[in-house]
Amino acid sequence: MTAALAPVPGRTKLAIRGVEMTFRGGDAEVRVLEGIDLDVREAEFVCILGPSGCGKSTLLNIVAGFLAPTAGTVRIDGEDVRGPDPRRIFVFQERGVFPWLTVEGNIGFGLGRLAKEERQRRIRHYVRLVGLEGFEKAYPHELSGGMKQRVEVARALAVDPDMLYLDEPFGALDSITRLEMRRELLRIWHAEKKTILFVTHDIEESVQLADRVVVLSARPARIRRIVEIDLPHPRDLSARRYLELRDGIFEEIGLAHKV
Amino acid sequence: MKSRFRLESALLPAAAAAAIAALWWAAVVWTKTNVFPSPAAVARGIAELARKGLLLAYVRDSLLRVAAGYGAALAVGIPLGVILGWRPEAGRAANPVIQFLRPISPLAWIPVAIVLFGVNDGAAIFLIFLASLFPILVSAMNGVRGVPAMYRQAGANFGLAPGALLARVVFPAALPEILTGLRIALGVAWIVVVAAEMIAVNSGLGYLVIDSRNAGKRYDLVVAAMLLIGAIGLLLNILVQRVSRLRAVRWGFREEAS
Repeated sequence: MTAALAPVPGRTKLAIRGVEMTFRGGDAEVRVLEGIDLDVREAEFVCILGPSGCGKSTLLNIVAGFLAPTAGTVRIDGEDVRGPDPRRIFVFQERGVFPWLTVEGNIGFGLGRLAKEERQRRIRHYVRLVGLEGFEKAYPHELSGGMKQRVEVARALAVDPDMLYLDEPFGALDSITRLEMRRELLRIWHAEKKTILFVTHDIEESVQLADRVVVLSARPARIRRIVEIDLPHPRDLSARRYLELRDGIFEEIGLAHKV
Repeated sequence: MKSRFRLESALLPAAAAAAIAALWWAAVVWTKTNVFPSPAAVARGIAELARKGLLLAYVRDSLLRVAAGYGAALAVGIPLGVILGWRPEAGRAANPVIQFLRPISPLAWIPVAIVLFGVNDGAAIFLIFLASLFPILVSAMNGVRGVPAMYRQAGANFGLAPGALLARVVFPAALPEILTGLRIALGVAWIVVVAAEMIAVNSGLGYLVIDSRNAGKRYDLVVAAMLLIGAIGLLLNILVQRVSRLRAVRWGFREEAS
């Protein structure tokens, strides 16, 4: 880890210790993750950055409890993660919305235990938060990709989780929608104070969004470096410091910043 | 624009049907056949059946048999298929048996049905049940097996227990494919009821076909029964198609979506 890790306010939310992952298929063994150690603080926005296929989604799936690691531990609030948990919601690419439910039905999906009025109130709140007023009764196949992604984020937020896991959530969107969605995610993050773990292969995206960027190596993935993004929001994408940080990561990954 | 399109879509098939009827009529007149009936003779035949009260009674009996056999196939096929799709090891165990039984024509079961139930309604209903069971069972099994892992994970993430996950995620996700199986099964059931009624019972449209031929070679009534069978089959198909246009399942039928 970098020496820049000065003592910071906010206690440790997530502690990943010595996580290894090996997939076995027949005779073949694929080592995907190797010795991952990472701490994430409460209300922190952390991007996990790495090349395609490096195992960053595997890491997120382990943290979310969908996969058990071959070795190592994942603890949240001091408790071992043993499976998925409604306090921590995984946001897939837009394909994770349920196509058989309306926008309302999707957003209210995790609210079955609440009384009807409270459920309606929350649905209204999150429909408004993600700007989908007027589309409450629409089905996902009637919406654009960006709108579907908003539905999924709203569905996650509606159960009031303390963490969000986002797995390349904006990867399938066009570049303009993607920028809008990033801005909205930051706005929501400020308003709702969630701890966010965000997987991406997009260097620009990670530097625009995160408090810290965890740079992974190619497979088997190890943490190469953790880059503190010491820029306040909203970030100026042509500021010297922004470009410096971005280019630093480009170099770290071994890409000359030229096409 | 839209109403013109609607008019065309009704007019063109009507014109095609009229053309075929005209050809049929011309062929009957030209060949001077006294075995095969003309459209007019068939229309008189239908009127005669209606007058005797047989028309509605036979249609009702055939539909009731289909309802009973198809209903039983629904009640058995959907839960069984969902379980076999949900538990991969159960599916793997049962699949060879299903694939072995499936290509056996329901008609080959007729002697078995008669041994089991005698020459009566039970045999006919059993045949319809068998014929519609396999499409329903297989579509439910494949539908559930094909539900993307992502949906199950998302459901589990929101804290659903297995039962709730099945009811609120897996079943609705598989429903479009299940509906396709239901539609195929209903078509097959309607085909099989005719065959079953020729052998096992004394009423219904299949019985009408075989009885009209055997008792006095009334080919006007044979063709009348055929037309009724076709018309009702068409209506049943339209009915099931309606169901797949419901908004909660339309996403699963790509060509009809958007």
